[in-house]
Amino acid sequence: MLREITIGQYYPADSILHKLDPRVKFLGTIVYIVSLFLVKGFAGYALATVWLAALIILSKVPFKFMVKGMRTIFFVLIITMLFNLFLTPGETIWSFWILKVSKEGIIQAVRMGIRLTYLVIGSSLMTLTTTPNQLTDAMESLFSPLKVVHAPVHEISMMMSIALRFIPILMEETDKIMKAQIARGADFESGNFINRIRNMVPLLVPLFISAFRRANDLALAMEARCYHGGEGRTQMKPLHYAGRDYVAFVLLAAFLAACIVLHIFGGGWI
Amino acid sequence: MLLELKNVSYTYNKDTSFAVNALENINLQISEGEFVGVIGHTGSGKSTLIQHFNGLMKPTDGQVLYMGEDIWQEKYDLQALRSGVGLVFQYPENQLFETDVLTDVMFGPKNQKLSPEECRERAVNALRRVGLKDKYFTASPFDLSGGQKRRVAIAGVLAMNPKVLILDEPTAGLDPHGRDEILGQIRKLRDEMGITIILVSHSMEDVAEYADRLIVVNDGKIAFDDTPKAVFAHYKELEAMGLAAPQITYLMHELKERGLDVDINAVTVSEAKKSIEKALAGRKKH
Amino acid sequence: MGIIKAIKLGFDYIKYGEDDKDNEKVRAIDGIDIDVEKGSVIAILGHNGSGKSTLAKHINALLLPSEGTMWVDGMDTKGEEDIWKIRQKAGMVFQNPDNQIVASVVEEDVGFGPENIGVPTKEIWERVDQALERVGMTKHRKKSPNRLSGGQKQRVAIAGVVAMRPDCIVLDESTAMLDPNGRKDVLDTVLDLNRKEGVTVIMITHYMEEVTRADFVYVMDSGKIVMQGTPREIFSQVEKLKSFHLDVPQITELAYELKKDGVDLPDGILTRDELVSALCGERTEE
Repeated sequence: MLREITIGQYYPADSILHKLDPRVKFLGTIVYIVSLFLVKGFAGYALATVWLAALIILSKVPFKFMVKGMRTIFFVLIITMLFNLFLTPGETIWSFWILKVSKEGIIQAVRMGIRLTYLVIGSSLMTLTTTPNQLTDAMESLFSPLKVVHAPVHEISMMMSIALRFIPILMEETDKIMKAQIARGADFESGNFINRIRNMVPLLVPLFISAFRRANDLALAMEARCYHGGEGRTQMKPLHYAGRDYVAFVLLAAFLAACIVLHIFGGGWI
Repeated sequence: MLLELKNVSYTYNKDTSFAVNALENINLQISEGEFVGVIGHTGSGKSTLIQHFNGLMKPTDGQVLYMGEDIWQEKYDLQALRSGVGLVFQYPENQLFETDVLTDVMFGPKNQKLSPEECRERAVNALRRVGLKDKYFTASPFDLSGGQKRRVAIAGVLAMNPKVLILDEPTAGLDPHGRDEILGQIRKLRDEMGITIILVSHSMEDVAEYADRLIVVNDGKIAFDDTPKAVFAHYKELEAMGLAAPQITYLMHELKERGLDVDINAVTVSEAKKSIEKALAGRKKH
Repeated sequence: MGIIKAIKLGFDYIKYGEDDKDNEKVRAIDGIDIDVEKGSVIAILGHNGSGKSTLAKHINALLLPSEGTMWVDGMDTKGEEDIWKIRQKAGMVFQNPDNQIVASVVEEDVGFGPENIGVPTKEIWERVDQALERVGMTKHRKKSPNRLSGGQKQRVAIAGVVAMRPDCIVLDESTAMLDPNGRKDVLDTVLDLNRKEGVTVIMITHYMEEVTRADFVYVMDSGKIVMQGTPREIFSQVEKLKSFHLDVPQITELAYELKKDGVDLPDGILTRDELVSALCGERTEE
């Protein structure tokens, strides 16, 4: 069941989005997230929807695959929407016990629902079309000015790419240990909150031990392969902007400008 | 009948475009006191199969019966089933978590809601059965050697007093000595306590030596289910499945082909030795 | 002097007790002398905990000797200035396939080593292409390592070493976690490298079948080298090997047992063909 999580997973395909420079995709994702909180009104959301839909089509990643990834954050989405629904003050249109639903609450809940969904799909578009290594290369490159102030930019990006590589492995491991303990009569599903936490010990301890062992092994293997930090290191896939990347930058700028315009002048409907 | 699978099928991601048939229409009966070997290459479906025996996986079709009862009927006590059918996963030492060996082995009995004294007694017995010396009982499981850890993990399942013990490659990664020790102890569990053993292995030599029945899984189906000798007689078909018969089987066939009158069904070193010596004695007479 | 040479190699590690006073110095390897000729295939055999992995880690300076000297292609591993050269000359493949792959795409992982030693981009690609071709993994180059079988992952790890253009590959129990097919794949891959490129191969293992493919064997026990010789010389001493908790291939064991009972056979039979010929005479053209 844990294996089905698709957030942060790369989906190999031959598309223009896959070929784009990861720095463009990284900046583009940030711009898109900002725009989601910038736009308002029907026109704004329509623009965000069209932009996202266009990217999904360009990515050649099956839409089903993305939706599957959404399932894992469904719970968070519902909670957020409920919070907004019940806790936004305003003109009450329905109430039950201490719960009050206001018109503003409904609008806010819908808005948050759309934003969160788009945010997750938007950022998973980046991870689906960019290998974790490309992504960390992009971050290393974008943040490299910070090296001047001795920020460990290379080390952090290396740590991130390794973390990404090991997430699926640790997920599978969690699954295995869980089953092994269930076979010994462990119960992860019933009991109150405190009990459940306590019942997690037989799962968490082996998981931590395994993670440490893997870290240790990996460090040794990296050392054996001559890894000694970022100094003197070359790159197999150095980043170069190509023509399409400049086009993408222009489109991105236009999109951002449109969002800002809609933020200032937009309104209408919601 | 102790365990029975009736028309069991299992499909991963059923009803999606990613659907994969892991098991297809499996029919299987296992009776008390058997020592069953399960063989199949990686991805053949044998891991999926054994997880059906103790209800860790639910068949998408068909029935799993334990002592004649359908384990997926409503209100069936799966906890009790898992006490009766113990499953030792591959590299089981990865599941150890307590600060000392004895407490770790007591985890299963505790989940069975036994009294602390009883848990302790069960744990001590199980640890002795797997041949761990008393002096290690208070040690941290993480200070033990690989082979010792493995035995503690097996004791952890054994302490639940299962009627059936399923082991998924219990000797993976161990050296020859560690392997012989563990397999020897497993055989004793069957011989002395009557525990039914289901042993998943990659080693034809090991199943030939220890099992009295061999199930070969291929492509989610049962390809053979017979005595090891009878199964190895199909060594050419086994090869086509990416498996191989024990070295001895090949040897005996070659000897026979070269005119030495040996028993081609011998599968262990000692059987081969007897048969070859008999054939050589026969040859001298002529 | 051979490509790998050790004289009186010793290594101590500290086993930490509850208290600083309980700290114990443990000798993991002791007085090891080895001399490996360039282009040969060497097996180092020993049960778990015999010190064989500790020795392996000295070959590419992951561990430095407490005593004695280790030379790799004439370079003393204690000399810090040569450390990256040594690690590039003597590549290492470890036991757990998952824990040595750094990148999330096969080809990027193969390029990891060359990146570290500052190879120019264009040449990294050439090396990666060649290395993947060499181990037969070209068609999986864009895949995530998580989608590969254990044997395939180990071949990726071998490609990662090959891309460093090493003179020597050390396999530190690299087949221990694999199924028989994966084991065969990995073994065939390194032997092919040895044959075609003259890469020296050092296999640390406890699978006897792998040892029979070596030119020379060292047997370790309690940190010392206790036997050395060709596989035939080693496997003709069945009792001695068993005293070190080791095994012999089934065919060798059978031949040994037959000989003990008075059947006229040569010492140290390793393969099926040898035993068949010895029992039935050389195959004559009919």
